[in-house]
Order: sequence, then C-alpha cells, then structure tokens
Amino acid sequence: MANNTKGRRDFMGMALGGFTALGGLGALYAMKRTWDPLPSVKAAGFTTLNMKDYKENELVVEKWRGKPIFVLKQSAETIEKLKKEKPDDLKRLIKVGDGHYTVCVGLCTHLGCIPGFRPETQDFLCACHGGVYDITAEVTKAPPPRGLDIPPYKIDGDKLVLGETGPEYEKMLADGITMPV
Amino acid sequence: MKELKILGIVAAFTLVLYWGVEPFAHSQMHKHVEGEGLKYSDLKPAPKGDAARGEALAAACVGCHSINVKNMPAPMDPVMSAQTYGVNPPDLSLAGKVMDEKFFAHFLLNPAEVTKSKHFAMPPSAGSLQDAADIVAYFKSIAPKEVTPKETYEFACGRCHANRYGNWTQIGEVPKTKSNIKTGVDLDALEFKKNLGIYQNKLADYMGKLPPDLSIIIRARSEHFLETLVENPQSQLPGTAMPRVGLNKEGMEKVIEYLEETGDPSKHARSAVGPWVILFFFIFTILAYLWKKSIWKGHY
Amino acid sequence: MAHFDENAKPFSHQWLNERLAIDTLKRVLSTEYWIPKNINFLWAMGMVLAATFGLLLISGIFLLMYYQPNVDLAFDSVNYTIMSEVGYGWLWRHIHGVGASVVFLIIYIHMFTGIYYGSYKRGRELIWLSGMLLFVAFSAEAFSGYMLPWGQMSYWAGMVITNLFAGGSLHADSLVEWIRGDYVPGQAFLNRFFMLHVLLIPLAIIGLIVLHFGTLRIPHVNNQDGEEIDFEEAAKLYKEGKVKESKVIPFNPVFLSKDVFVMGVYFIFFFYLVFYHFEFAMDPVNFDPADPLKTPAHIYPEWYFLWSYEVLRPFSTDVGLIAFAIAQVIFFMLPFLDKSPNVAPASKRGLFKYWFWAMLIDMIVLTFMGKLPPEGIWSTIGLLAAIFFFVLWIALPIITKKEKKL
Repeated sequence: MANNTKGRRDFMGMALGGFTALGGLGALYAMKRTWDPLPSVKAAGFTTLNMKDYKENELVVEKWRGKPIFVLKQSAETIEKLKKEKPDDLKRLIKVGDGHYTVCVGLCTHLGCIPGFRPETQDFLCACHGGVYDITAEVTKAPPPRGLDIPPYKIDGDKLVLGETGPEYEKMLADGITMPV
Repeated sequence: MKELKILGIVAAFTLVLYWGVEPFAHSQMHKHVEGEGLKYSDLKPAPKGDAARGEALAAACVGCHSINVKNMPAPMDPVMSAQTYGVNPPDLSLAGKVMDEKFFAHFLLNPAEVTKSKHFAMPPSAGSLQDAADIVAYFKSIAPKEVTPKETYEFACGRCHANRYGNWTQIGEVPKTKSNIKTGVDLDALEFKKNLGIYQNKLADYMGKLPPDLSIIIRARSEHFLETLVENPQSQLPGTAMPRVGLNKEGMEKVIEYLEETGDPSKHARSAVGPWVILFFFIFTILAYLWKKSIWKGHY
Repeated sequence: MAHFDENAKPFSHQWLNERLAIDTLKRVLSTEYWIPKNINFLWAMGMVLAATFGLLLISGIFLLMYYQPNVDLAFDSVNYTIMSEVGYGWLWRHIHGVGASVVFLIIYIHMFTGIYYGSYKRGRELIWLSGMLLFVAFSAEAFSGYMLPWGQMSYWAGMVITNLFAGGSLHADSLVEWIRGDYVPGQAFLNRFFMLHVLLIPLAIIGLIVLHFGTLRIPHVNNQDGEEIDFEEAAKLYKEGKVKESKVIPFNPVFLSKDVFVMGVYFIFFFYLVFYHFEFAMDPVNFDPADPLKTPAHIYPEWYFLWSYEVLRPFSTDVGLIAFAIAQVIFFMLPFLDKSPNVAPASKRGLFKYWFWAMLIDMIVLTFMGKLPPEGIWSTIGLLAAIFFFVLWIALPIITKKEKKL
C-alpha cells in the first residue's frame, strides 16, 4: 500500500466500523426487548382480594405476581393498642370498609425469606437471619432495613386490587411508608 | 465484467431452482380452484324485501337463536343447544350485515341444500322466497353499522372452530378464573373445560370430526384457498361436512382480517422494521465498497 | 523457558506478546496470511457462510429462551409465544428459518465453486473432506431443527427419515425405536433432537469450522486459473511494496475488505427474504400441529434435501436405500475419483467441463422431481435423472484419466 492512500483507507474503515456499530446498537435494542417480561406475564400481574373474607387476627397468605402476600385483619384492641404505643404504625394499615388490614409482600426486606407469624407474641420472625417485624409488619429488629413492603393497591368497594395504583397507595409512597415494589 | 457474468450465472441457476421448488411445484401439487367472487351464481336473485313484514316473520327465529341487538336472549345456553341440535345456533345480530342477501334468502327456504351440507340442523324457515326476502330485509335493518373482525369470526366460524390464539372456544371466550390458593385447584376453569368438552363431543358427532382450531390457519393455507373454501367448501374439500356460510364481501374481509390478527400478528411490525434494515444494509454495502476501493488502490 | 520482562505493564503490548504471542498470531492468521489476488466474489462465500452461521447462532439463542421442547407445548411456544408475545421474537424466528434455508444455497454455491475450479486436489483434499463433513453436520442440524416446531411436516419428516434406519429388508426396527426412544416420534424423540440441535451438533459444527480453516492454511486458497503460486516469493514482493506486481494479497485487510463488501450485498438479499419473502423457508404444512393419525397430502423435505430424496424415491425400498446411502457419501470421494492432475477451471478441462454442467443440471432436475408428486411423467424423469446421477459418477474417473495434462 502506498502511504498516500493510508489516510483515506483509515477514514473509510472507521466510517464503516462506526456505521456497523450503529446497526449493532439496533440489534442490541431488539435483544433487550426479547428479554422483557412477556405481555401475558404483565397482564397476569393483578390480584383481586375480597376483604370481607378475612377474619380478625388470622393471617392469610395470598399470591400476587408469584410472591406471597400477607393479609391480616387487625382487631379493635390492636388498633387501640397501636394508637397509644405506636401511632406511626397505623399509617401502614389499609382501611377497607370498617376493617383495618395489614397487606404486605411476605418477603423479608433483608434477603427475601418468608417471615413466620407468631400469634402468641403478635409479630413476625424471619428465621433466616433473625429479623423481627411487629403486627403491622414494621421492622423491630435488624438486619432487615425496613418493614415489609406494601404492594401497589387500589380500593374498589369491598375489594382490593393488587397491582393497580390508587390514591391511598400513592400517599403511602409519598409519606415514605413503603418502597415501590 | 467477468465477475458480473459469474454473478449472472449464479443468480440464473438460483432463480430456476427457486421457480422449480416453489411456484412450479406448488402449482402441480394443488388443484387450482377459481372462485366466483361471492356471486353465489347457482341461486336465483331474490325479490325486494319488506322489513316491517319481516319483523313479524322473524319472531319465530328466537325459538332457537338470540338477537342481542334487540335484547332477545337465546332459549338455551351453547352446551344445551349442542346437546339438542349438535351445534349452537348463532346470534343473529350480524346476519344482515355480513351475509350475502341472496344467499340468506335462499338459505331460509332450504338450509340443507343451500349450504350443501346434508344434515344441516336448521329446518326450512320461510314459506316463500318473498317471506325469506322480508326476513332478510328485517335483519339488514337491525344490523349494527360497524362490525369488528372478531365478532364476524364468532358469528360465521366461531361456533365450530376454536381460535386459541384469540382465546376463543366454541362456547365463547375462556373466562378468567382463579385457583384455590391452598390446593391449586381451579374449579371454575375445570367446569368450563367440562362444558367445552361436552360441546365439542356433540359437535364432533354432528360434523363427523372436530373442526380444526383456526388460530394459525392463515399461515397453513393460502388466502386464496381460505376464500374459495369459505365461498364453497365442496370446491376445495369435496365431501366435507363444512356448510357454505354465504358471507358477503365485507364478511369475508373481516374473517380474513381476524385470521391474520391471530395467525400472523407480526405483519405490521415486519413492514415497519423491514425498510430500515434494508436501508441499513444498502448504506453498509456502499461504505464497504468505498472501503474496499481505498484498500485495493494500487493493487492492479 | 520463555523470557518474561518483569517491568512490562500488565496487558501492555509487550506483556501480551510474551504470553500470547499476539504479533505472531496476527501475522500468521491475518496480515501475512496470503491469499491469491486472482479471485472473484465466489471466494467470499466462506466468510458469507461464517456470517450466516453467526446469524443462525444469535437468532437461535433468543429462540431458545422461549422454546418448550414438549410435544404439547412446542407448537404454541413457537407459533404463539415467540411469534406474537416475545418482543422481536418473530424477527429471530424469520432470521433462523430463512438462514437455515439460505445457508444451504451458499453451501451449494461454495461446493460447486470448489468443483469448478478443482479446489479439492493436490494438497487440498482435506479442505474438501472437512467441508463435506460440515455439509453433513449442517444437514443433521437442519433436520433436527426442523423437528422442533412439532408441526405436521416435523412429525412426518421425523417418521419417514428415522424409518430409513430400518434398512429396508434388514428390518432393523429395534434400531429405529432406539433412535426415537419410542415406537413413534414422541416426547423422547423431541427431547433428544432438541439436545442434538442446540448442543451436540452445533459443537461439532464449530469444531469442524476450525478444522476447515486449519486445512486451508498450508495448501492456501486456490485461484481462478488454478495457477500454482510461489507464495513465499509473492509475499516478499508484496512486503517490499510491489503490491501491483505481487500475485498475493494479505487476508487482512485487503481480502477482508472485499469479503465485507460481498457480505453487504448478501445481507441485502438475506434481509429482503427475512422481511418480504420468507414463505419458501417456512412451509405452510408445518403450521398445522403434529397429528400422528393423519399424514398430510404432500410431504417433501426442504429443498436442499430434495436431490438426495429423489435418488431414493424412484427405486424399490432396498435399491433406493442403497442408492440413497451412496449419494450421501459419494461427494466425499470426489478428490479420489478425479484422476486428472490438472488443477484448473472446468472450462479448460475438456470433457470434465461437460461433466460439471451435467452434474449441476442433473441435481437441479432431481431437486425439481423430489418435490413434485411421484406420478406419471415426473416419476419417469426422476428415475432417469437418478440413474444419470450414478452414470456421471462412474464416468468421472474414466474421463478424467483421459484428460490431457495442461
């Protein structure tokens, strides 16, 4: 190769390389889209709970987006007790009709094990690393960094639609009661 | 130039090869059926109908059919209907919209003969061609102005042919149900499955076999095949139990559109992305040519 | 013991050179891998094939993410999940389907280029043989992949092709059952062909591609006139800057730049097929789900298998099977059946010129007949073409022995 052609050669080589990289980006975008959750998975991300079905002080585990959901209807005594001792925790409850409910994702905010409910002490204990949550699933003992997360919900009469975002949930987010799930 | 000559030879052999294994082979394999553009020319023209007279005559229809646009329900649910007749009679809201007028009138006079289906469940339902034309006029007057592809499919095909990619079964859409969280059992879904099973068994007895699911039939058969088959099933599948359903142009278009929606859903994405990819490789090729030219400079 | 400079910065040129000999690698594989200058675009088919294999590999990876190797789910996982739910799933499938078909077109062009220019003898026998092994591996890959959508064509092709292993009158039915893992193609069959398609055969193909490249390095690539080039001398000229006088060019960047241009043209053609003309590669019959109780009215292999299928079809079972078996391996024998010492384009080789075009046309005729219904005149033409195929192979050593030395 004569030297005087070298500059032009490099320029064309780089132009071609750059243009190919552009196409590569397009291909990467298609690949990224292929990894996205399927529309059917997204559509299945809603669970409707009929809140009338729950009895006081009885923990029920439901399922939403494949995750366990704790539903616990609080008794009037608990509410009274909370008003005196931990008024902040009341903000974590969801009011549907006359009932106050704890509804949260039943996965420890530490590393994702399922905490167990202890009726005698009225709290949740995560057996994996010893985290403890109180009756409203607020954390009382480390290592978990925060209380159990509350899933997005919308109140629809007596029903609670998990996966949709209603004004009550937005307020919880704004007040820092829970992290977005 | 020598390279172009070589390219010409390679391209010529490739094209001959393609012609032989695709267009030519397929023309030899499948007999060609010429459609008649939905003229139904074996039937005589029908007289002009009177919708008001037709309304009175059509009162008899709801003995078996529903007419949802008039809020008239069917006397039986699909499963019961299948147990009684072998198939669920269609809702008649769209009958005046997507069926050919002339065909519809003759069909009312003599369903078995006009559909070319020996054991068609519906009995003759008009006393004279004039009565039939009046009923047709009535159904034309009550039909909705717009009709969706899916509704047309449900009316014309959907009581015999499921379409699982469209979530459709012969007895309606698959309902959303929830399984019991403790046992994983979904009783509502099982109930639906059982009803569908009963319906399908009856339908298979009635038709001789279970008519195929049409989810992806648009890729399995050509559009021409499907149009001529629907126009006259006997022309493509002699002896088939499938009745002639007498769709008009709009009905046929809507049915094909629905089959494309479920069977070839990427059609729009293909035509949106295709030009860009081709354009990309055009520019790529031009750049590659310039690069090659600059590199080969001085080599000859 | 090699010398390692303790002061070399990690991953610097010197550091890498001491450990990986990158300069030598680059020289041997790229900048001083000499290619004859006297070539045409057909010499780019190797790189075009490599690129197509790359497209098949990448599209295959994404299809694999959603494909379900289960007889109840396979059809819908391909035709519903991938085609309508997965983002750009349809694109991967079309690339994969079209690629599988087009790769054979390029393989055949590549093969017949080799036959035409005599690039299979005098030191290049192993290039030919490793290439033929690749052809066999690609055939197995295509067949096993064809099973996966579990449509009517998948099922019945699986039935018919595995039945070939019964060996006609030998009645090796237990061998057929062993291959299938069942009495008919079923779950076990689908699972093992899935394994073959996504793991074992691709591994073999990658290994064979390396071998194929390896066999090329010492005898060097042939050229348009079959001229024997003194590569050392030509390379010396080139390195002295006499690029015009030299008969060779380095692989990188000179040969490569032409390859990339040819690839560009090829990709325009390829993606035109992907977006606008894919039906030929995705047979309509395979859009009917597999039904073990109903054979489709017409079954036929994909176009690239038709010629060997037609060698099997016109004869009685046993003769057909023997003919078929011979047809599968006869191309391996080409370097040994061609008795002429001449390495030259067919146009300069007397009778061989006619042999080449006769073989090409006969194989195209066989391909046509392989797809047409085996009845009437088509059967007769098919039989004659099949017999002619063998006549040509018998004639090859005779006419090449008589060929005048150039």
